[in-house]
Amino acid sequence: MIRRTSKAWLYLLPALLFLGFFMVYPLFDVFVYSVEEGYNSASQTYFGTGLYNYSYVLHDPYFLQAVKNTFIIVIITVPLSTAFALAISLALSSVKKLKELYQTVFFLPYVTNTLAVGLVFMILFKKTAYTDGMVNLLIQLFGGKSVDFIDGPYWAKMFVMCFYTIWVVMPFKILILTSALASVNQDYYNAARVDATPKWRIFTRITLPMISPMIFYLIITGFIGAFKAYSDEVALFGTDLNAAGMNTIVGYVYDMLYGNSGGYPSYASAAAVLLFAIVLTITCINLLVSGRNVRT
Amino acid sequence: MRVVLQNLTKVFPSRQKKGEVVVAVDHFNFEIPDGKLIGLLGPSGCGKSTALNLICGLETPTEGKIFFGDDDVTELPPENRGVGLVFQNYALYPHLTVRQNILFPLQNLRGSEKLSKQEMEERALQAAKLVQIEMLMERKPSELSGGQQQRVAIARALVKMPRVLLLDEPLSNLDARLRLQTREEIRRIQRETEITTVFVTHDQEEAMSISDLIVVMKAGVVNQIGKPQEVYDNPVNLFVARFLGTPSINLFDGSVKAGKLFIGGEEVLSVPGAEDGEVTVGIRPEGFILKKDGAFTCTLERVEVMGRDTSVVCTHTSSLNDNIRAIIPAEDAADASGKQARFDLKPAKVLLFNPKTEERILFSFGEKQEAKA
Repeated sequence: MIRRTSKAWLYLLPALLFLGFFMVYPLFDVFVYSVEEGYNSASQTYFGTGLYNYSYVLHDPYFLQAVKNTFIIVIITVPLSTAFALAISLALSSVKKLKELYQTVFFLPYVTNTLAVGLVFMILFKKTAYTDGMVNLLIQLFGGKSVDFIDGPYWAKMFVMCFYTIWVVMPFKILILTSALASVNQDYYNAARVDATPKWRIFTRITLPMISPMIFYLIITGFIGAFKAYSDEVALFGTDLNAAGMNTIVGYVYDMLYGNSGGYPSYASAAAVLLFAIVLTITCINLLVSGRNVRT
Repeated sequence: MRVVLQNLTKVFPSRQKKGEVVVAVDHFNFEIPDGKLIGLLGPSGCGKSTALNLICGLETPTEGKIFFGDDDVTELPPENRGVGLVFQNYALYPHLTVRQNILFPLQNLRGSEKLSKQEMEERALQAAKLVQIEMLMERKPSELSGGQQQRVAIARALVKMPRVLLLDEPLSNLDARLRLQTREEIRRIQRETEITTVFVTHDQEEAMSISDLIVVMKAGVVNQIGKPQEVYDNPVNLFVARFLGTPSINLFDGSVKAGKLFIGGEEVLSVPGAEDGEVTVGIRPEGFILKKDGAFTCTLERVEVMGRDTSVVCTHTSSLNDNIRAIIPAEDAADASGKQARFDLKPAKVLLFNPKTEERILFSFGEKQEAKA
């Protein structure tokens, strides 16, 4: 028995070493930095230990703005993108003609480069000296006043941000949900048909429960992904996110490390730990809620 | 409810553009009497499930009509036909309890048919009691055995009081013992409810044991319809004869000359009325009588004792099967040491077929011939 377990550990060793060096140790290190005041990575020195870094970060208006932005993005994009993806998957699974074509079209954003997509959105939304951008031209066509979506009011920028995020994350969700829908045994639907079940009831009482594990998976990964949003913001608003008022928590961490105002690994670590705490809490809440509702 | 099938035909288009179409059900004519249990029997792929789906409404016929009583239901979708369907895999909703599963069809009722909560509960309990699962109402399907799931599926199909109950291979997912039990159960439930019931099976024993009438299908075509015993005793062709009966019928190349049947040169039986020529001879396993001076000589392979009776396994040069299997009463104790076994044949158990068309060739037999044999 002992020999067998020691062998098992031996087989696990490469994976454990890899995980230890690249996952556990950095995670641990971040915690250490976050309590070391004024840590300098070049000289490897610090003044003292304590919770000062947290206090600084929590009183930094840029951080608070970043938290607010992140939460707005998460709360708007995760439910909306999941709902849209579900609607599109249902539509996709009911069409017969050109199904593959539609599936490919809906999956395209997933394989398109973020920055390229950002550029397209610029063309759609950005005001320049020559044009107000496609969307503004449309607004004007219907008699509205043009809005500066990229450098204008906060709500306009947030609208573009959420629109963009939803558009980018949806293909993956559509892919997962169409395959989940396809894997539901047709007999359940036939049984429901023979029993004269109304369409809406089939959806709520059969389809939804059957694919609930997949929806739940998408919501959890969606939350985690949205909390870590950063590159999408850069694609739309450039690297100086603090100035644009569109920074996110990950953006804040990056700025603290390498940005123009950077060079503060301690503050960055404290912000990262706070993000970790937030994601952990939300995921735990998710698990608790779904534990009651999701069929396993 | 009487169910009438008129020229019912279902053609599936080919997957390739120029491929051949598949005729799953070919001009099926049948009138199912009210309150009877009908077994649709045939090998897999013979179109019996398609026939069931046509009656149910999940498939629309290419041609032909279906009547429930005097109502033409051909164009009606399944939900308006008032049928109960039990699926092969039961299709119980896994996330709902037994109670919720049985209630499900009732909760769909709308308009004048709408029931109060209490009525629904009562009906559900009634259906559960009928199939004897009332103590399992709060369980999930995954917490039930196969037989119990089957009962829940039947209860769910019965709870809305269908005009016709349809069962698709209801026993194929059960183990041998449960299968015996459940088929008795289906018979009992059908007798109690008196609902016209059609069930599909590829197991002839299953169909023979509980059906009022069996329908034997082959490649979409109905070969024979009749009471199980009649079909067994008087199959119209070689296919039906081969399909019914375990152990299956023994087949030989033979010939008829002047009212006598010859197998491998031996005259084994007189068959008055049969025309001269080559025939395929089918002998039911119970059609052999072990006799020292019997007319039919076979090479003895082994004797299998089964308690109630004995199975004598032989070979014969004219046999179309690998082995000949004769079932004889245990008290006729066969001598396993010999090299030969000799039999006389029971004329009623000997069936002649045209070797080309596989149609039955009839011959007359009466007291006289039997006494002589």
